[in-house]
Amino acid sequence: MTDLTIDLGFLKLRNPVLTASGTFGYGLEFEPYLDLGKLGGFVVKGLYFHPREGNPPPRLVETPSGLINAIGLQGIGVEAFAGKILPKLRALDTAVLVNICGGDDDEYIAVTEFLDRQEGIAAYELNISCPNVKKEGLCPALFPESTFNLVRRVKAVSLRPIIVKLSPNVTNITEIARAAEEAGADALALVNTFLAMAVDIETRRPRLGNTFGGLSGPAIRPLAVRMVYQVASRVGIPVIGMGGIMTGADALEFLIAGAAAVEVGTANFADPDAAVRIVREIEAWCETHGVARVRDLVGTVKT
Amino acid sequence: MAIDRKARIRDVKSWGDYYALAIDAPAVGREARPGQFVMVKVADNSFPLLRRPLSIHDAGEWGIELFFKVAGLGTGILAGKKPGDALDILGPLGKGYALGEGVRGRRACLVGGGRGIAPLYFLGRELQARQAVVTVLYGGRSESDIPLRKKFEAAGLGLRCSTDDGSCGFAGLATDLLRGEIDRAAPDALYVCGPDAMMKAVAELSRARGIPGQFSLEALMGCGIGACWGCVHRIRNESGDGWVKICEDGPVFPGEKIVWTE
Repeated sequence: MTDLTIDLGFLKLRNPVLTASGTFGYGLEFEPYLDLGKLGGFVVKGLYFHPREGNPPPRLVETPSGLINAIGLQGIGVEAFAGKILPKLRALDTAVLVNICGGDDDEYIAVTEFLDRQEGIAAYELNISCPNVKKEGLCPALFPESTFNLVRRVKAVSLRPIIVKLSPNVTNITEIARAAEEAGADALALVNTFLAMAVDIETRRPRLGNTFGGLSGPAIRPLAVRMVYQVASRVGIPVIGMGGIMTGADALEFLIAGAAAVEVGTANFADPDAAVRIVREIEAWCETHGVARVRDLVGTVKT
Repeated sequence: MAIDRKARIRDVKSWGDYYALAIDAPAVGREARPGQFVMVKVADNSFPLLRRPLSIHDAGEWGIELFFKVAGLGTGILAGKKPGDALDILGPLGKGYALGEGVRGRRACLVGGGRGIAPLYFLGRELQARQAVVTVLYGGRSESDIPLRKKFEAAGLGLRCSTDDGSCGFAGLATDLLRGEIDRAAPDALYVCGPDAMMKAVAELSRARGIPGQFSLEALMGCGIGACWGCVHRIRNESGDGWVKICEDGPVFPGEKIVWTE
């Protein structure tokens, strides 16, 4: 029996597989298809303080081994989440992480303070990197200064650990990662989606209502692995890796590159039970390779 | 709802770009209701990555039948499937047409265009079983776009066809045919699925003549289970209107709730 547990320092996980925000709804959508208790945990869809309208359709376009989305973080807001969803999530035997959004710094603070008063949340994932809510994909994670300032402000009020979710749409991701670490982040999650665009050659119009969107799926995996490797080797806090993980082998690649845990995203759309399949595949690989503890694999890439 | 990874194709029929797949999938077939859909995996190698939403054309204890037109990569791959091939199916999903108990003796008019005819066969048979008086109006550009004519006729579903070029049935739009049908037979309810332009015109007619209509909307879907919020349409609600998920709250909506855009 392989020991699949992971200790992030501030949070112990049953196994290294979480599901990524924005690809797993509020969790309950997946109950008919998998046992949520078999996950390391899941990250619920990004929450703003108020319900949010989202972007006009089309919101999705498929590209080779990839998906560009421009949902625009449509969602129910913190009150509906706390009233209707969270009570059901509390009954589950798994770590529930909440992805926090904000139109400005004050909204991030307001969401954090509201959620701090609710029970049943293991940690927050601070979404400073959604490319679909401001013009040209602008978000705090694009600059070290805005990352540092926002993370520090949220850390100052938050009663829970903060995982900062980084954008890959930067020249030097380690610089941003270190800004988040210096500001007090408990862990980093990377990568969010790559800012992308597709054009319909017949109509000559963008294929997304928002013009730009974020690219996810296997198409981005090598880019994400590279960034996780770069960041993990330069920070002292845990890194949660994600980007196109479809199989146990993909997840193992991230762990070996330096991720302490992984998030499964787009794969949840193709197979609603993908995350538990990936847990099984990791376990089977460890058994055939004589790996007693999955955490011993983290960061073992030989370079 | 279930994932059937061992569904098996029993039969494939084709008419030009139109295909019908009969699939042995008892768990899906038993639960299916008219207007619901399934998400079909088309590739194991992540290209294309997403499942394809296809409405259920017919269903029974044995499984389901799907009817679609080849429109791109995904449906192209599905069109290459052969009897005996395995298929990975998620469903049945969504909310279908509301049938109610009171359809007995009522005049139900089903309006379908092109591949949008798909759910109306299952629906027509279900309404027929509940002793509604069923008429089906089936429109296409030309005769090759109405390959299911004989099937609807054989089922006694009161079929009338229209083609833009007059190569089969009434020469004109399905909407024109519907206008005549309203004058002639005064249907009690409309059940619609087809291209946006057709559905919009039918919705206007439905409102103008005061005949309630239910419309099945189509969209590219990420997940089909309400998790990605990718397939939204503008729907009226208590507080105005907003983007509503087609997969979860639809795909069938009452006409008065749908905001039609250009």
